[in-house]
Order: sequence, then C-alpha cells, then structure tokens
Amino acid sequence: MTTSQQIITVLIVVLGTMLTRFLPFLIFPEGKTPPRSILYLGTVLPYAVIGLLVVYCIKDALWEPFHGLPEAIAVSSIIILHKWKKNTLLSIGAGTVLYMALVQSVF
Amino acid sequence: MTHVFPKKIQQVNNMKTKAFKAALPHTLPICVGFLFLGMSYGFLMQSKGFSFLYPLLMSLFIFAGSMEFVTVNLLLSAFNPLYAFFLTLMVNARHLFYGISMLDRYKDMGWKKFYLIYGMCDESFSINCIVSPPPDVDKGWFMFFVTLLNHLYWVAGATLGALLGYVIHFDTKGIGFVMTALFVVMFIDQWEERSDHTPALIGLGCSLACLLLFKADNFILPAMALTVLCFALKRDNTDKETDT
Repeated sequence: MTTSQQIITVLIVVLGTMLTRFLPFLIFPEGKTPPRSILYLGTVLPYAVIGLLVVYCIKDALWEPFHGLPEAIAVSSIIILHKWKKNTLLSIGAGTVLYMALVQSVF
Repeated sequence: MTHVFPKKIQQVNNMKTKAFKAALPHTLPICVGFLFLGMSYGFLMQSKGFSFLYPLLMSLFIFAGSMEFVTVNLLLSAFNPLYAFFLTLMVNARHLFYGISMLDRYKDMGWKKFYLIYGMCDESFSINCIVSPPPDVDKGWFMFFVTLLNHLYWVAGATLGALLGYVIHFDTKGIGFVMTALFVVMFIDQWEERSDHTPALIGLGCSLACLLLFKADNFILPAMALTVLCFALKRDNTDKETDT
C-alpha cells in the first residue's frame, strides 16, 4: 500500500466510525422515537459483535501449521484467569505474554 | 460595565473546574486501561514499521480502540476502500445503539454535543450513561471532561507506546494477540453480565460457520448478514409467542 492509499484507508475508517456515532442523532432529531426493530437490534447486537470480533482475530490461525493450537491455549488461559481473578488488565497482559512466549519459543 | 465581563468569565471558569474535578475520579480506571492498551497498540504499530505519527493521528481521529487494531491489519493488506468501509461499519455498529441510548442525554448541549458524539467510545459512553454528576455540577461540562480525558489517555498511550518502540527492542512476534485477548475478556464480561446467552452465541456461531465456509478473507460480510438474519427470525418467533 502506498502512503496515499494508507491515508485514504484511515480517512475511510474515520468516516465509517463517525457515521456510526452520528447517524442516530441525524435520523432521530431531538424528540423522535426509533422503531422497535432498531431498538431490538440495539439490545442484542453489541453481544453478537464481540463474538464476531473474537473470530476475526483468530481467522488466519486455523490455516497455519498448528491450526490455532497456540491461540486455543492462550484463549483458554485467559478464560480461566479472568473467571478466577476478574481483573481485565491482568487477563489481557498475562494472555498476551503467554501467547508471545508460545509462538516465539514453543511452536 | 468593565467589571461585569471578568466576573462572568470567572463564574464560567469555576463551573468548568468543578465539572473537571467531578469527572476526573471516574476516568482514573480508564486512564490505567487506556495507557496500557494504547501503549500496546502504539507498540504494535511501531513493530509493523509505522512511524509514531500513525498511532498518534489514528488514535486522535478514529478514537475507537478495537477498530484501530483492526486498521493495522487493513493497512498491511491490499488497498480495498469498500471493504475497509463496511468492516468499519460492522465493527463499530454498536455505536449506533450507544447513540440511540444517548439521544436524550446529549440534548441541548450546544457545540459540546458535537464533541460528545465524536468522542463516544465504549468507556466514555458507559460513564456518561451510568454516572450522574452531583446536582451543583454542570452536566454538559462533566460529560465533556469525561470524554476529553479518556480521549487524551488513549492518544497519550498510543503515542508513548510507539515512541518506546524506538528505544526498547525485543522480539514482538505475537504482540498483536493483545487485541484477541481484549475481545475475549470483553466476551466473558458480557457473558456474565447477561443471563440470556443467545445473542453472544448467535454472533460467535454465525462467525465461525462463515469462517469455515468462506475462509479468512471473505467471511465478515456474510457473517454479519447471517447474524442480523438470525435476530430477525428470532424476533419474529418471540413476537408470535407473545401474541398467542
């Protein structure tokens, strides 16, 4: 990618992000109630999107030599650690360090 | 007449100081998290060969943490603006629903309303949505400072991480996993917060199914369509159940 293509990509991401933030305020100016289907999606989509993001993160791993084994080990450790200590930063930090150790020295 | 204006300015300044002092403690946990995550983001970008200007400007203008991590991958793959646009809409679709929740709270805020919407990240949204400032504190300025402080923490973290990348050298292979870890933790938090796990399972299941069907580079849009379709069907069924 050239520098100008990178700038365009970043601008598009900015535009898309701002569209998602401003759109409700543009569609529903002060005092208008959104339709029920939108309100319903508003209650369920946030939960579905995170699952999709998790899959997005590991999308390339399945076709790599170890078919996502280091990812599976690290994700399981994060789940156990987070259920146990409930400390967001600890879970993210320890999970990342474990994964880095795995891909650098074990696999 | 001359003394009237300075007095008024002083009152406005007092109001701002009060709002700032009320907002600061609420943002301190976010400060720790954003410095940590922002630094890993800056470090990641530096390790992929980007100048510190990239994380600085991207954190300032995009200011949507998960999307900034995703953008690192976008910048490293082939130029595809349409894909970038739809991916952004999808990753940030949750903002639509934050907006719907804040329609009322951000009312009558004047010029501050623009910035409040612009800077509405997950964390600023959750504070502004849940916390009510004390009655003698101006609500508009309170929410403004919550948003501004969180924005500053994030930009500072991202820039600092990228600059540290020039000084500290170690094998950064696998550091991108910080993003996976972040989403896994968010997934667990949401899972425990709600007794109905269907939405989370629909998102995860549709994505996995589409990943296996369409492979890594093409699965996102079908996954999103399938997710919305599942919810549409589910809602129809729920409506029928409540009707009968």
